[in-house]
Amino acid sequence: MPPSDPANDADRVRRADKAAVSRALNLVEDKRADAQDRVAALLASLKSAPKAIGGHRVGLTGPPGVGKSTLTSAVARAVRARGRTMGVVAVDPSSIVSGGSLLGDRARMSFDPSDAGLFVRSLATAGEVGGLAYAANSAVRVLAAAYDVVLIETTGVGQSEIDIVHVADTVVLVIQPGSGDVLQFLKAGIMEIPDVLVVNKADQEELARRAVADLRGALHTAQAVGVSGREDGDWETPILATSATEGTGIEELIDAVDAHRKHLEPTLKARRHRGEVQWMLDLFMRKHGEHGVSTLHGLTEIKARAERELDDGETPLSLCERLSREYVAKLCQTS
Amino acid sequence: MAPSGKHERDKPWIMRTYAGHSTAAASNELYRTNLAQGQTGLSVAFDLPTQTGYDPDDPLARGEVGKVGVPISHLGDMRALFEGIPLDQMNTSMTINATAAWLLSLYIAVAEDQNADRAALRGTTQNDIIKEYLSRGTHIFPPAASMRLTTDLITYTVTEVPKWNPINICSYHLQEAGATPTQELAYALVTAIGVLDAVKATGRIPESEFGNVVGRMSFFVNAGIRFVEELCKMRAFVELWDRVARERYGVTDPKQRRFRYGVQVNSLGLTEQQPENNIIRIVLEMLAVTLSKDARARAVQLPAWNEALGLPRPWDQQWSLRAQQILALETDLLEYADLFKGSKVVHAQTQHLVESAWAEVQEVLGRGGAVEAVETGYIKQKLVESNAARLRAIESGEQVVVGVNAYTEGAPSPLIENLDEAILTVDPDIEKKEIEALEQWRADRDASAVANAIAELKRVARSDENIMPASIAAAHAGVTTGEWANTLRAVWGEYRAPTGVAGATVKASRSGAAAEVVDRLRKRLGELEVRMGRRPKLLVGKPGLDGHSNGAEQIAIKARDVGFDVVYEGIRVSPEQIVASALEEGVHLIGLSILSGSHLALVPEIVERLREAGLSDIPVVVGGIIPEADTERLRREGVAAVYTPKDFELDHIMSDLIDLVDRQHAAE
Repeated sequence: MPPSDPANDADRVRRADKAAVSRALNLVEDKRADAQDRVAALLASLKSAPKAIGGHRVGLTGPPGVGKSTLTSAVARAVRARGRTMGVVAVDPSSIVSGGSLLGDRARMSFDPSDAGLFVRSLATAGEVGGLAYAANSAVRVLAAAYDVVLIETTGVGQSEIDIVHVADTVVLVIQPGSGDVLQFLKAGIMEIPDVLVVNKADQEELARRAVADLRGALHTAQAVGVSGREDGDWETPILATSATEGTGIEELIDAVDAHRKHLEPTLKARRHRGEVQWMLDLFMRKHGEHGVSTLHGLTEIKARAERELDDGETPLSLCERLSREYVAKLCQTS
Repeated sequence: MAPSGKHERDKPWIMRTYAGHSTAAASNELYRTNLAQGQTGLSVAFDLPTQTGYDPDDPLARGEVGKVGVPISHLGDMRALFEGIPLDQMNTSMTINATAAWLLSLYIAVAEDQNADRAALRGTTQNDIIKEYLSRGTHIFPPAASMRLTTDLITYTVTEVPKWNPINICSYHLQEAGATPTQELAYALVTAIGVLDAVKATGRIPESEFGNVVGRMSFFVNAGIRFVEELCKMRAFVELWDRVARERYGVTDPKQRRFRYGVQVNSLGLTEQQPENNIIRIVLEMLAVTLSKDARARAVQLPAWNEALGLPRPWDQQWSLRAQQILALETDLLEYADLFKGSKVVHAQTQHLVESAWAEVQEVLGRGGAVEAVETGYIKQKLVESNAARLRAIESGEQVVVGVNAYTEGAPSPLIENLDEAILTVDPDIEKKEIEALEQWRADRDASAVANAIAELKRVARSDENIMPASIAAAHAGVTTGEWANTLRAVWGEYRAPTGVAGATVKASRSGAAAEVVDRLRKRLGELEVRMGRRPKLLVGKPGLDGHSNGAEQIAIKARDVGFDVVYEGIRVSPEQIVASALEEGVHLIGLSILSGSHLALVPEIVERLREAGLSDIPVVVGGIIPEADTERLRREGVAAVYTPKDFELDHIMSDLIDLVDRQHAAE
């Protein structure tokens, strides 16, 4: 697919033209230096899209093998049946040895290929250990401008869901009966408490019942030791049982996710802003490391600037570019 | 037994040929010819729409009707298939799984029309859904619903059709998917255990009669070219099954603990290069399942020498049948008692297999059993890994395959002088004619009887009653295969099984040269990524209904290992889906795998749809069993490259793929 002008494409992305959305996603994945300005321009022009502001970004995460792709597929069908459009970013790990990846999420999904209101893009982590894929943050913003709901599906427990908190309005953690690790992480406060907890594979009835009970216990312990980390006040994390293969519990899951979005309404803007600040910090740290941070007067100062300046219609990418130029300028002065 | 070790000559095993194609009438003619040739049973091959529950006019059936077997859409087709063949005197094996309950219902309905006694019917329905999820890919429903159909069929036949083998647990396809002998033994046994446990859980069979169910279990086994080990594998099967029946199910009658099995020898090892050598491989593989009197197959069917080239002709199948007849009737094999009893060598190898397989059985049972190990992808991943190891051994020359990686030069074979005539071609008009006939059938039947039968089927599907009586009634009412399956789909949903590729780990090649090749490919790909800004992304698609996913899986894994980002969609994706995926995923290259012979219908359609979507700049390559003449045609349609079984060097293919992406990038 030949690259085309992002400014022209931005309009088509807002209208959910699949070819334009796909090109925009190709662009945000492009690591070449000369693509960065175009990415920043694209994201800036998508930021004010009505869907981007009013829509819902949902993170779906959990350990490997809990049936996240099948669940995503079931959720997508149900969301479409409710008349809303949906974009999916499915993130899979890259091989450390070859750099390649097997992006298998589509294999577990079944959807109507002629449906203009559903878009699925798979991304590889490309060596971002424990993090989201390089382009995932940007990809979510592209899809958010085009679709009512954006779902980011990632694998992992203990790391990547920290990133997902910064990109998603609502974080859904999926486990299956007998996931000991998750319980330990939750209890020990290694893991932030998700907004919605799902026990998938609830067709294993007895096990599922026990898992739900265990989760209740773990949440209780976590709250008792003061791990809440929640800015959304009195939200009570619901615990749901689903069976993606049998299609049970899906409607309840969507209701719970919607309820959280509604609950967020007064604080949503602040939450997204914090996510943007964090993304900007991550970008800058990745590019320039400790030295870059100290040259620009430390993390607190950079963070404060990001909090101020990102409000002014600037995207994390463009701010990061600007800070990079400042850093380089200072480097030149001192040398 | 006489002092010489001789005894009265044994009865030969049942000799079959897996056959069926085009139409019910054409297949009937073929069956009658085969029976006249001395074949002693029938083995029905159904086409993929029939196996996966679609009528010929369903969009997903496009290009597949009558290709790998016979299309059976309704009672009229089944009647035509057995025209002039009295069912109460025949022994019929049906390779049918997801729709087994339906095809058996049609068979019973035809028998009832012939006034044959149900109790006299003999034969086998394959009815093993586990290996469909793992290897063969014709499953429809989620595992729980599939197991319910399986157990419904078993509990029905045990009382109503007592001579029927309701299930044929298949280790055959596990080996085709790459299983080692240990894996083949273990995964077949856990499948059988899963089925028997499920039958037990229905509570329909009284404890005292459970031995009858165990006694009706039969197996369908593979035999590869390492025929001594394979011979030991069959002996290990006998020993292990006896143990399972005795210890797990408390079966006291030794007859009911007998390991009863049929065989199709290995197709995976048959080569496209010097294909005449395959007849020798086939004969040697047959020895593994016939030499041991104590572990001898009850029924044998042999592939044809030219399977890797395309669909075999009647003569090719006849040649394989003659090999069986010569072994059974001309040689003295059947005059002796067991040849290996007391052999220390055979005993030791057998015990080794018994122990390693038993350990793997315990592993899977510890993970919750066969169904759970399907859903988590555990078994699938093991098979994918074994197959990758096998292919690597052939590629490196560690495993010799004559004509492929050794002794590749030779005089040209007169058997394939005219390649296009050395295989069977199916009349492309069949599909159209079948659709017309189906429309006629629908017009002629009693619509209200059909509606009632479907409503009843739906009610039973929602209940826990046995599905068989309602299905037989639906068969009589004129319900079609697609209608039967769609009714159940609406109640139970469909299932997409784990592909096993994402988690598969492949050990790095030990030999230096091979590792260097991979390093070079990775380096080229890395350089290409820098120039393109994105890592090259490959879409591996399996269009059509064919579920044989080995090729697609191995390409996907290899491509990841040289550094591609690979989108693998699993089996049974429509041309529309492939194009939608290519668009949404922003891929640089598309690889299609088709083994059912439907490439001429599917590939041009995909190329055309890509063009309509503005994606004609994405190169498309195709792999499969594709005759030479078709290769030319596909290239003319715009396909960049075609790979067939003779292209076993995956590194070469990868190098080509990188070239294609590179050239396309340079052109932009």
